[in-house]
Amino acid sequence: MDIDLITNVLYAMVRTGTPLLIVALGELVCERSGVLNLGQEGMMLMGAVVGFIVTLTTGSLLLGFILAIVAGMLMSMLFAAIALGLNANQVATGLALTIFGTGLSAFIGAAYVGTPITGLEPIAIPYLSEIPLIGKMLFAQDLVVYLSFGLFGLVFWFFKSSRLGLTVKAVGENPHAANSLGLPVMRTRYLAVAFGGGMAGLAGGYLSLAYTPLWAENMTAGRGWIALALVVFATWRADRIIFGAYLFGLASILNLVVQGLGYPVSPNLLAMMPYAATVLVLVMISSNVMKSKMYTPMWLGKPFHPHT
Amino acid sequence: MFLKLEPRGEASRAMSYLSPLLAGLLTLLSGGIFFVFLGHDPIDALRIFLVAPVEDLYGFAELCVKAAPIMLCAIGLAVAFKAQVWNIGAEGQLLIGGLAASAVALQLLEVESFWALPLVLLSGMLGGGLWGLLAAWLRNRFNANEILTTIMFNYIALYLLLYFVHGSFKDPDGYGFPASAIFADSSLLPILIEDTRMHIGILFALLAVVIIWVMLSRSFIGFQIKVLGLDSNAAKLAGFKHKRLVAVVMIISGALAGLAGAGEGAGPLEQLVPSISPGYGYAAIIVAFLGRLHPVGIFFASLLMALIYLGGELAQIELNLPLAVTSLFQGMLLFYLLACDVFINFKVKFNRPQISATLENS
Repeated sequence: MDIDLITNVLYAMVRTGTPLLIVALGELVCERSGVLNLGQEGMMLMGAVVGFIVTLTTGSLLLGFILAIVAGMLMSMLFAAIALGLNANQVATGLALTIFGTGLSAFIGAAYVGTPITGLEPIAIPYLSEIPLIGKMLFAQDLVVYLSFGLFGLVFWFFKSSRLGLTVKAVGENPHAANSLGLPVMRTRYLAVAFGGGMAGLAGGYLSLAYTPLWAENMTAGRGWIALALVVFATWRADRIIFGAYLFGLASILNLVVQGLGYPVSPNLLAMMPYAATVLVLVMISSNVMKSKMYTPMWLGKPFHPHT
Repeated sequence: MFLKLEPRGEASRAMSYLSPLLAGLLTLLSGGIFFVFLGHDPIDALRIFLVAPVEDLYGFAELCVKAAPIMLCAIGLAVAFKAQVWNIGAEGQLLIGGLAASAVALQLLEVESFWALPLVLLSGMLGGGLWGLLAAWLRNRFNANEILTTIMFNYIALYLLLYFVHGSFKDPDGYGFPASAIFADSSLLPILIEDTRMHIGILFALLAVVIIWVMLSRSFIGFQIKVLGLDSNAAKLAGFKHKRLVAVVMIISGALAGLAGAGEGAGPLEQLVPSISPGYGYAAIIVAFLGRLHPVGIFFASLLMALIYLGGELAQIELNLPLAVTSLFQGMLLFYLLACDVFINFKVKFNRPQISATLENS
């Protein structure tokens, strides 16, 4: 294996891992507040399609990304209205969001399938991007990848040292205790869900505006679900999420590596890799029952109603 | 907030039956508004969506063709959901069922035996059942969350199917199209009404609904499933074998979804194609909830869901709408159902009493 191939694999690994990282960070905040939103896939798709259409019609990538985030947030508020406002089952509501988002995005995007746009271009930072092996991976990416580094730092700091981060954790561990301490349980949860929605929208926008600058039905291909598994894999810790996201990025581009090395393996079998890796990782992480119980936010997925 | 939720002392039975009807009505209403937005006459559009597809015998036959796989998947899911096992993998179990059934049917291309069809269907059930069992095993042995594993298995199943349809199952005389050879007549489900595609799969679905009904309401295993779902600690105290029950419900729901897949291959499609399911396995999740996990409810909800599929296809032709309108309506229906379900456990009150309460206190 030559050094160029490794450099390129590392570059593609981060690029492919970026949407996973962004969604998973959003879902981490959401789950830490005790809310399990299985609608990631639906929110991502809406972000992807809205971002794409906006950029196509206005020519502005920035506007595309902003409205992708807004679309994700609006979708997450639909979830919040039913799952938090009406105390509905979070698993079922999340599934509904995914089914609805898949349908709605396919519906409004039907006229745009196959239309090409100029996507977000990478920006190589002078000198730094020429560092052997890791230079291209860290310093020759596009702006959203750099932004994702910042978002990772933000979420990491948020849970490590911020007061609001502590509130989110308290609300997710025991909302009744948090409520009696005067913490705004519901408001915190709404905000956490909205943050998760915005991140999912951004990740979706990244797919349709930078990663593969086009719109295709269902183009997220299960990334929202993989991100959910990633949060479990990371035992609800931000630092492990970044590691996991790039690991999955690597699994997803394995087909390029294998093709690069000249092995004749079916593309359909290689396409299974990220999903198979997800199952494998879930199995490894969950098998220690005591440990996974310890890490999971105590109130995850359970509705909170002050009167009950 | 203007509205305030107040817990009912006891879950309202009436509301649990009314909620699906209310959700259906709200979906209809939103659908009408949605069509107005698109510049169609809402009444006319809804007629095309919900009435026109079943106006004649052929339409009724197509309704049964679509309802059969949905009903099979949904009744299986109901068993799993009742036990609080969140099997989201009916789609993958259906695909693997179709794949396994095709594997056998392609070996029997030259065979004209009565046993060909039962063999094809049974291998579909076996394939789907084992695919479901795999997720149960991962949950029991490794504590892996079945929602995520079954979703992942859906994707893996899809790529497995594509691998075979593009590979060894591809018809050598098929001009390179990714599809298997047409199955032999002896491997195909007999047609019920002549000149339509309505096959005996719908009878299997009805039979499954009845069997599951009896199982859930009359058998000891059904009782165990219900106790497990209502209170897993009570099930443990009663000495029910939790892990075995999880395995059983996953095999049942997997096998029924597998039968649905086999029935698609041996039914309307007559071969294995990549698009063997237009999301029946996901639609079945909605059907299971809409039917209140009850066999009778699932029967009616499956017919409604089949109608939405047909309506989407007709709307594509007559109103020039994208086919995605189907999953849009499906998602909307589930949202409304979940929202209406709040009335089962809560009373909604308008938030006025603050002033009066303050007055009384002072």
